[in-house]
Order: sequence, then structure tokens, then C-alpha cells
Amino acid sequence: METVIRPKNNLWDFDWKEVWSFRDLFYFLVWRDLKVKYKQTVVGAAWAIFQPLTTMVVFTVIFGGFAKIPSDGVPYPIFVYSGLLFWQFFSASLNNISSAFVGNEGLITKIYFPRIILPVATVFTCFVDFVVAAVVLVGMMIYYGFRPSLSALLLLPLLVVMTMVSSLGAGLLLASLNVKYRDVRHVLPFFLQLLMFATPVIYSTSIVSAKFRWILGLNPMAGIINTARVSILGTGNIDWGLNLVSVIAMSVYLVVGYLYFKKVERYFADVI
Amino acid sequence: MAIIEVNDLGKKYVIGERLPYLVLRDTLGEAIKSPIRWLRGQTATKIANKDFWALKDVSFSVEQGETLGIIGRNGSGKSTLLKILSRITPPTVGSVRLRGAVGSLLEVGTGFHPELTGRENIFLNGAILGMRRAQILKKIDEIIEFSGVAKFIDTPVKRYSSGMYVRLAFSVAAHLEPDILIVDEVLAVGDAEFQKKCLGKMEDVTRQDGRTVLFVSHNMEAIGRLCGRVVRLDGGTVREIGPADGVIRNYLSASAEATALPERPGKELRLAQFSWEPLEPARGSHRVVLSVASKSDLPELQIGIGIDDGLGRRITTLYSKWTKDRLTARAGDNRITCDVHNLVLKPGRYSVSILISGNGAPDEYLDRATSFTIPHFGFYASGEMPEDVHGNILASQAWRNE
Repeated sequence: METVIRPKNNLWDFDWKEVWSFRDLFYFLVWRDLKVKYKQTVVGAAWAIFQPLTTMVVFTVIFGGFAKIPSDGVPYPIFVYSGLLFWQFFSASLNNISSAFVGNEGLITKIYFPRIILPVATVFTCFVDFVVAAVVLVGMMIYYGFRPSLSALLLLPLLVVMTMVSSLGAGLLLASLNVKYRDVRHVLPFFLQLLMFATPVIYSTSIVSAKFRWILGLNPMAGIINTARVSILGTGNIDWGLNLVSVIAMSVYLVVGYLYFKKVERYFADVI
Repeated sequence: MAIIEVNDLGKKYVIGERLPYLVLRDTLGEAIKSPIRWLRGQTATKIANKDFWALKDVSFSVEQGETLGIIGRNGSGKSTLLKILSRITPPTVGSVRLRGAVGSLLEVGTGFHPELTGRENIFLNGAILGMRRAQILKKIDEIIEFSGVAKFIDTPVKRYSSGMYVRLAFSVAAHLEPDILIVDEVLAVGDAEFQKKCLGKMEDVTRQDGRTVLFVSHNMEAIGRLCGRVVRLDGGTVREIGPADGVIRNYLSASAEATALPERPGKELRLAQFSWEPLEPARGSHRVVLSVASKSDLPELQIGIGIDDGLGRRITTLYSKWTKDRLTARAGDNRITCDVHNLVLKPGRYSVSILISGNGAPDEYLDRATSFTIPHFGFYASGEMPEDVHGNILASQAWRNE
């Protein structure tokens, strides 16, 4: 094995082989975060269910009950929960990724490993919460008598990957900014809250006129949540135009986030 | 073929970059207040950028199985060199070729999580240090045994004493099996007994397993014991490279004059000469003679002398301010004497840091600028002399049954 250390100038070189060789570290970072998370909270895994469940109840009462927001003919609880499930996966990932570098300062300044492992490990930690919370959705589907179609089972893994990529793209940008500008972390939760209302979580894309619907797609979660609902609950049609905008937006965020990350990665250890 | 080749390595810091982090709010605020100036990069938060070369033109090579020591005073570029070699930060110019897997140990217990148990932390820390899962599984019993904390291995490490914590952390590190091991000052922690055990383990690693080790330390005794060759860094460049004994001797005895700080504008005082004469070491009498060069007449002069042992531990400090002995300086050379009593130092070598201030403001500070040796003498009637781990100060003692 031979390693050559040189000044780093190329933004595009990505060493897959090297990242792969650090897979054990990746595994242990996810393992650490899960272990610590579930050790520190008394309720443990129940927390992963509690959060989306209570949000669902509150939203059902306010938006479904009082405001009577149309839900494409499905019961509002399962309508909003299917949206919340993906949204909370996205927002938790984004929020945690944004402090992935700053929070692991001790590692970054003392040891070498491909830094990209930190945000990716964060996404997988959040994915475990997503899986736990998804159990509730399965329960609701049984209760309300929804049978998932074959297309849903095929599409869901793809939607999960898209959620991961979306949070990773925006997250890389924010995490790298956070190294230099520490207040990013404080501003973000507020923006995420606003962004949720710009995402079809509590409402359906069908209430937005078709002419302007593509604007929603600039937020990749719009396409993802809409498609998830169609395939899980079987209402409405998959909006391919919206999905196309979402996929393009997702890719742009990923490239921008990755390039900015590569640019500042060089001096992480010096600034952090 | 050399296992490590360092070619013309240099690392530049733009001093603005090392500033504490910025606040996005301020940067955005500035961008809004004066957008044109901001676009041209002339912002108030950007302090005059100044280049600073922490490392420059560094070249050397290390052969397979060799233990190379790296020494130099604080700020000489040791840490920067290690950070580049362990790939934490990239160099600005030059290159390094490493022919083998590198394990670096810049700190013991990197990534230890207080909530996790000792056993869990072994896995986490092992993975962080580059061990594969299978490797850790194979060695875990050995690691636990070496640490001596087997009884508490399933207790969260937040309940460990600092000694136990260090033992466990070092045990993981000691079982790394890279081709090249980079070790920074990590032996300076832990109690003397464990330190000895670690030094022994390090010796095994290099002597028996033929591993290549880069070792940075202020502990000249450890450097001398472990390293064949030593690189001495000074101001970011290689000052000397060669057999350990010679380089260490030159480093320790580098006269204060040779290593004096560069002239600064407005600097009034400078240490020209220093000597330490052990008059009657067994009774604790010594005489220190200094020569201080002054640019002008000064009504007030203060001198502090810090004495450190070979492990870098501060033994005591002599300071004219405490005794209220009034010192003055005249333009030109000033010879100053300090008679020391009741300081019985064990035979050995001590390093000296010197502070000189005129009119209350420090003018010169020389960190471990020079050293002196206390020759062998008899102290206890038995002829016994305590070892280094027992401390450096000797006290008369009488024991009896009451």
C-alpha cells in the first residue's frame, strides 16, 4: 500500500476505494450514535415513534379537524402521517448533518478518515428512526384497511434513497458552512419549520393549481412525499412533472453541497 | 527503499484563517450594508491577511523498521508536521510518500464516548484508529488485560478515574498494527508505572515487529531510549538530523544565545550568557550567573528562571520579584548573580526557561533555552539514590519508632 500526500486542489476527485476501506468506522459511528441516543433517553426507541405520533395527532385535530384541509379522500390521520414520516426523516437528517463536522471536532482534528463518512453516517442513524416510525404507518394501514400495491413496494426504497440524497446535498452545504459560521445551527430549526409548510405535508399538492405546482418541486421533498402518498395510499396520480423538477433540484443541491464541502474540507482541521 | 519520503514539505497558514469562527449574521450584515465592498473582499471581519509558514522546505526519509524522533521547542512545527503525515491537514507545497499503512496517535482516547462502556469504547476507538472489526475482535481480550481495568470493562467510561481512562485508551492504541506508527507526546499522561509499561510496549513494537515509528516528545530520556535517529525542527525547518545522542545533546545544550528569540523592535533586554554552578549540590547550594545585554539604563530589572526536569515537569522557579532583591541594568552588558540555597536536586540534567523584564514588562522569554547538569554526589548514608519516578528533590529524613 502506498499513499502520496500532496496539496489538495482538485474538487472532483472522489476516492471510492478509500471510503470503502473505512466502512468499519462508518458502521461504528452509526452504532455509537444509536447506542448513545437510546441509552440517554429513558423511553428509548419509543421516542422515535412518540414524536411523529404526537405531531400527527395535533395536526389531525388542527388541520384536519378545525381547518378541514382536504386530504384527497383518505382519512386525515394516515394522510398526514405518511407525509410526516418522510418529512421528519428529511428534517432530522438535515438538522443533524449540519452539526456533523462541528460536533465531531475531536475526531477531525486528531485523526484522518474521509470526512464524508460523518454526514453519511448521520443519515443512516436517522434512517433507523425512520424505520421505527414506519411501523406505526403499517399499523395505521392495517387499521384503515389500505393494501399497498406492488408499485408502492418497488417505489418506496427509491423514495427513501431520494430523501437521503436530498438531505445529504443540502446538509453538506450547511455542515460545511457551519464549520466557518457557527450560527447556521441556530437558524436552521426555524427555517426547517417554515419549510415544512412549503412542503405538501399537511396538505395535498392537488390544492395547488397545476400551473404553479412545479415551484413546489424545487423542494425535492414535495415530489417525494407526493409520490409516497400516491403509492402507499393509492389516491391521485403520480405527478411526473413535479418529480422531474424535484429530481433536478435534488441533483443540483447535491452537486453544490458536495463542491462546497470539497472546497472547505481542506482546512476543516485548521478552522474547526 | 525508504518507507517514508518527505520532499520539500511546506505548510502555509494565512493568519486570517486561523481566527476563531465567524458569525454568518455579521458577514451577511456587512454584505447588505456595503455590498460593493463586500464583493471585492474588503470586509471588516477580514483582518489583514498575513502568510505564516508553519513548515518550510522540510525533507527527510525514514527506513523500514527505524524509529525516528522529532524534537523541537513549542512552535517549531512538530505538530504541523505530524498533522500532515497523518493526513489531518494537507500541505501547501511538497509531498510525502508513505509505503505502508499509517496509524497515528496524536492523542489517547480519540473519540471515546463517556456514555459507552469500556468494551464498547474499545470497538469505537479501535475503528477510529483504523482497526478492522475482525482485528478488534481477535485482540479484545489482550487489550482488556493490558489495560488492567478488566473489572470495570462493562461500566460506562464516564465513571472511570482519569488514570483508568488513559490506561484503557492506551491499551487500544498499543495494539494497533500499522506499518508506520506516528506517536505524539502521548506518553506524558498516566502514572509513572504505566508510562514505563507503555515505553516497554513501544520498544517491543519497534524492536521485535520491525515497525517504523515516528515519535514526538519533549521527554528526551524517552527519545534517547527509543529512537535511533532524531530530527530537530526549529522555526518550521529542519535544523539538524542525525543519531539521537548527538542531536539531543545539541538541542539541550544549544546555548541561550544561539536560540535567543529574534530581535524585536523596541526590545531592550537580551540574555547573552547563562551558567549554573552546583557549588555544593548535596547541601543545596548553587550559583547562577547571567549576562544580560541592555540597550539603555533601566532602573528596574526582573529575572525569572524556571527549572524543568528531563520529563518536562517544572521543578521550581527562581524569581527576583519574590525576593525583592533590586536589580538594575546599564546600557551594555550586565553580569548578574543569584545564589541559591536549600535546593537539593537529584543528579541529572535540567532544562531552564528564562524570563527577563525591564520596567515591569517582559522583554525576553526563552522557553527551555538551555540546560545544566547536576553531577553525581552522595546524599543518603546508604548510598541509595532515588529513581526519576520518585521525583527530583532530595530531602533529609530520619525515621524512628515512637
